Amino acid sequence: MSIILDHVNYVYGGDTALAVHALKDINLVIPDGQFIGLIGHTGSGKSTLVQHLNGLLKPTEGSIYYNGEDIHASDYDKKKLRSKVGLVFQYPEHQLFEIDVFSDVCFGPKNLGLSRKETELRAYAALKQVGLQDEYFYQSPFDLSGGQKRRVAIAGVLAMKPDVLILDEPTAGLDPRGRDEILDQIAKLKEETGITVILVSHSMEDVAKYVERIIVMNRGSVMYDGAPKEVFAHYRELEEVGLAAPQVTYIMRALRESGMPVAADATTIGEARDEILKALGKE
Amino acid sequence: MLRDITLGQYYQTDSVIHKLDPRVKLVATICFIVSLFVVKSWVGYVVAAVFLAVMIKLSNVPFKYMVKGMKAIVFILLITVVFNLFLTPGETLVSVWRLRITKEGLQLAVMMAVRLSFLIVGSSVMTLTTTPNSLTDGMEKLMKPLKIFKVPVHEVAMMMSIALRFIPILLEETDKIMKAQIARGADFESGNLVRKAKAMVPLLVPLFISAFRRANDLAMAMEARCYRGGEHRTKMKPLKYAARDRAAYGVLAAYFALCILIRIYL
Repeated sequence: MSIILDHVNYVYGGDTALAVHALKDINLVIPDGQFIGLIGHTGSGKSTLVQHLNGLLKPTEGSIYYNGEDIHASDYDKKKLRSKVGLVFQYPEHQLFEIDVFSDVCFGPKNLGLSRKETELRAYAALKQVGLQDEYFYQSPFDLSGGQKRRVAIAGVLAMKPDVLILDEPTAGLDPRGRDEILDQIAKLKEETGITVILVSHSMEDVAKYVERIIVMNRGSVMYDGAPKEVFAHYRELEEVGLAAPQVTYIMRALRESGMPVAADATTIGEARDEILKALGKE
Repeated sequence: MLRDITLGQYYQTDSVIHKLDPRVKLVATICFIVSLFVVKSWVGYVVAAVFLAVMIKLSNVPFKYMVKGMKAIVFILLITVVFNLFLTPGETLVSVWRLRITKEGLQLAVMMAVRLSFLIVGSSVMTLTTTPNSLTDGMEKLMKPLKIFKVPVHEVAMMMSIALRFIPILLEETDKIMKAQIARGADFESGNLVRKAKAMVPLLVPLFISAFRRANDLAMAMEARCYRGGEHRTKMKPLKYAARDRAAYGVLAAYFALCILIRIYL
């Protein structure tokens, strides 16, 4: 059970003068149950890449395999693939359309041809998973706040019970509190269900706290792929491409350079605190 | 698929046509369209085709871009051709069952197809070589005399330019929403007409909402910058005719005169 990308290339705009080589020879293996952060600057190809994973875009060259099957084989059931690989787009609240929250979440499972009962059960479970209170279920989705709308939209994808959940910039445009709430909810969901989660972001800070693997994209290629500690060790190179390591990484480096015996590879605030306390002998 | 529509999309390059005053291009486009309906003989269409071909060549825009705009009207074109082909009375050429193709019908169908495609390509030349901003400027200046009749010229020009500007944005938005709904299992392709129409709801509702949201945001941004319509507004770059523009008017007048002469004498 995994997604494999084999020499994937994608060119926007065909053979016109405006052609853009958006993905260059991408080779990735995404095994089951991983929590992955996909990071890159605006225009690095990360959104293009995730649209390949559920077959919305067809690679110009190369192949994509889901559970060992080529998703662009002529007899492959794309609709089923899209229920298994759930993709939440950027600003997903812009896709809401139903008269109430509950019916909107039902849209996905209904399209899968499930029975009414199963559809409603799934919608209810999904809305619970994203932490939306019952009182909102029968309100118009357009009356909700930005953060709530986004939860509804995420629930709309979760209701299809995907094995892989991809979220494209789920925190864009949210305030810090809304951001933390959404990310915590996703982390909790990941823990409870064990599904694969791919979090697309341009913020190292957001991602470092949660994920176990980071893929850094730059100009359509994979630049780094590894555990957060490994990737952030390249913080100078990351800066050159307009990204940065989390702030604690810099603090820890500075502390170490000024003679404090701390490990410099801490990536989250919690780790940094433990390291500093240890160095101060106050464990 | 939706990116294929080129109407209202500026193609940046350097050419004589790009440098022309937008008023010249507007007048020329109108004249060209009128000329398509003035001429009625094959000679006339050949002249129009030559004129159009020269303009395309001069504009330095790849021909592919012009043709792309045609894709959008293929359906309309087809309907026009079919109706003209079968429903024009006259001398019968072929008859199958109750359908008759007449000589006049065939002529009319071909003529209509040529007219429509020239019309689209002709206006594409204008929109591809003129930025929406200068297009509005040109329109505003051209229509200024109408102010005497209390026509809100500036406002109309502003609305037009906003509409043009938003075509590509809304297309992109449509593409995005479509993908998002496909990711949720929506199916826009299969089924009969009723099902297809129903399938559009998840696309159209978000699209309308987003259009209203954008309109609202834009209005707010305009007001925040003290926009209040046409009175006493001055331009940073006022339009001025250059020698090049006068020459272009000359060429245009010659072309138009030729079309009229062809109509009268041929």
